[in-house]
Amino acid sequence: MTTLALDRLSVRYSAVDAVRAVSLEVKPGEIVGLIGPNGAGKSSTLHAIMGAAPVVGGDIRLGGDSLVGRRSEDVARKGVALVPEGRRIFAELTVEENLRLGLAARRTTTNGDVLHDAFELFPILREFRRRNAGALSGGQQQQLAIARALVAEPDVLLLDEPSLGLAPRIVDVVFEALARIRERGLAVLLVEQRAQRTVALADRSHVLANGALRLTLGPDDAADTDRLIAAYMA
Amino acid sequence: MTVAFLNLSWPTFAEALSLGGIYALMAVGIGLVFGVLRLVNFAYGQLIMAGAYAIAYSSQWGWPTWGGIMLCFAVVLALSTAMDWLVFRPLRGHSPAVMLVATFAVAFLLQSIAVLAFGQLGTVASSIGPLNQPWDIGGVLIRKIAIVSIAIAAFCLVLLQLLLTRTSVGLHMRAAAMDFRTSRMLGVRANRVIGGAVLISGLLAAVSAFMLTARNPQVTPIFGLDETIVVLAGVVLGGLTRPISATLGGFTIGFASGILGGALPTDQSQYLPSFLFGAVILVLIIRPAGLFTRGDVAMERL
Repeated sequence: MTTLALDRLSVRYSAVDAVRAVSLEVKPGEIVGLIGPNGAGKSSTLHAIMGAAPVVGGDIRLGGDSLVGRRSEDVARKGVALVPEGRRIFAELTVEENLRLGLAARRTTTNGDVLHDAFELFPILREFRRRNAGALSGGQQQQLAIARALVAEPDVLLLDEPSLGLAPRIVDVVFEALARIRERGLAVLLVEQRAQRTVALADRSHVLANGALRLTLGPDDAADTDRLIAAYMA
Repeated sequence: MTVAFLNLSWPTFAEALSLGGIYALMAVGIGLVFGVLRLVNFAYGQLIMAGAYAIAYSSQWGWPTWGGIMLCFAVVLALSTAMDWLVFRPLRGHSPAVMLVATFAVAFLLQSIAVLAFGQLGTVASSIGPLNQPWDIGGVLIRKIAIVSIAIAAFCLVLLQLLLTRTSVGLHMRAAAMDFRTSRMLGVRANRVIGGAVLISGLLAAVSAFMLTARNPQVTPIFGLDETIVVLAGVVLGGLTRPISATLGGFTIGFASGILGGALPTDQSQYLPSFLFGAVILVLIIRPAGLFTRGDVAMERL
């Protein structure tokens, strides 16, 4: 298991600075939250890690290696998995085919039921494994997206707003799953709009605004609404 | 003897079926590359032309038929790989319009090379001429090449379907055609998927070249051009975004032109292409995403 570290990472789309000198670290067995208003640079940070956004400064390190300048597929094959915003499941493929796509980035070849762990975490997927993924509900699709990322057996899991558009009951399912994923020893970087829940779950949460880190909060700060609001307004 | 419900002769039916099969292979060859590159390869016909010349010249050199077929495969695969490396790869990520125009340029370049190297008048692939002789099937005479084409097309399509649905590289190809960016983030190797699609597309071009040459052994620099234009219409008719819909579109237009070509008197069959294109336009007005797609397919482009 390896640590993901951003060191003064900067991302720029033509003239727009999306991320400015952001530094943070996610260790194995940790959930680190990244919260902030729309357009703060949260997704850009994740895309930069995945090699899909232009990095103009700083470094992204996985263990001893730099990920800057690598192609998306190579980052995935180094052990970083992304659960993208909007889930991005393949609606015309079956649930099982979606999960098998996750095997593309797997570094070890294992025999037996390669999807066993995914089904254990989200039993509903086993039941619907032959269905087209497009026929699943939003919450089921989100579980599929997370399971697909985990099938790759990554060291680092990046999640981009996994609770977006989900009913509160389903949000509970997703957040409980994240807690169990942490227990498996993965390093989890969680981008979220639901600030309070994220702060409560994560080992620490960074507030991002205008592309820069403003504040770092611990689980005890979750009840401190004033401090959260102040950070968003800063 | 006739096919009762269509009031058509069995030979016409077999010819139409075989033309549909060949066009289906060409359509899926074009569709696979479109899927992963968003590139409509207009130069596909010139790949077939090159393969046809390989068969024709090997026949003139006195090579055995199988030798000519091997040379056809070698030439078409080498050419399609060269196309990928010299044209598609450097232009990858550019707009579809840029890539389409580039394939026009490649098409005319290859055609001009053929004119300069082999002359306008063309040459005859005599070694596979015997395939044009008829088989007597229960008193009905059907050209051997019609039967052979149907069998080969069916075999190739079944094989392709198994590859796309039962192997991981096939799964990766289908996923890349639906959403390339997400596929790459899941670890699907872009170069391998594109290289695989170009390779299969080339193999299908070589198979099509063999069957078209057997149907019409007179090989000229514009060999395969008309067929490619009709197949492109068929691919658009079926729907470009999925191999299966492109295949059905290619088959439909090939089968339809075979039936109509056989049914119409000779003096009217020259209007056949215009009629086909008119029908394609009508279909696309009613179903813009294609005949064999489910609803509107909104494509995510890079």
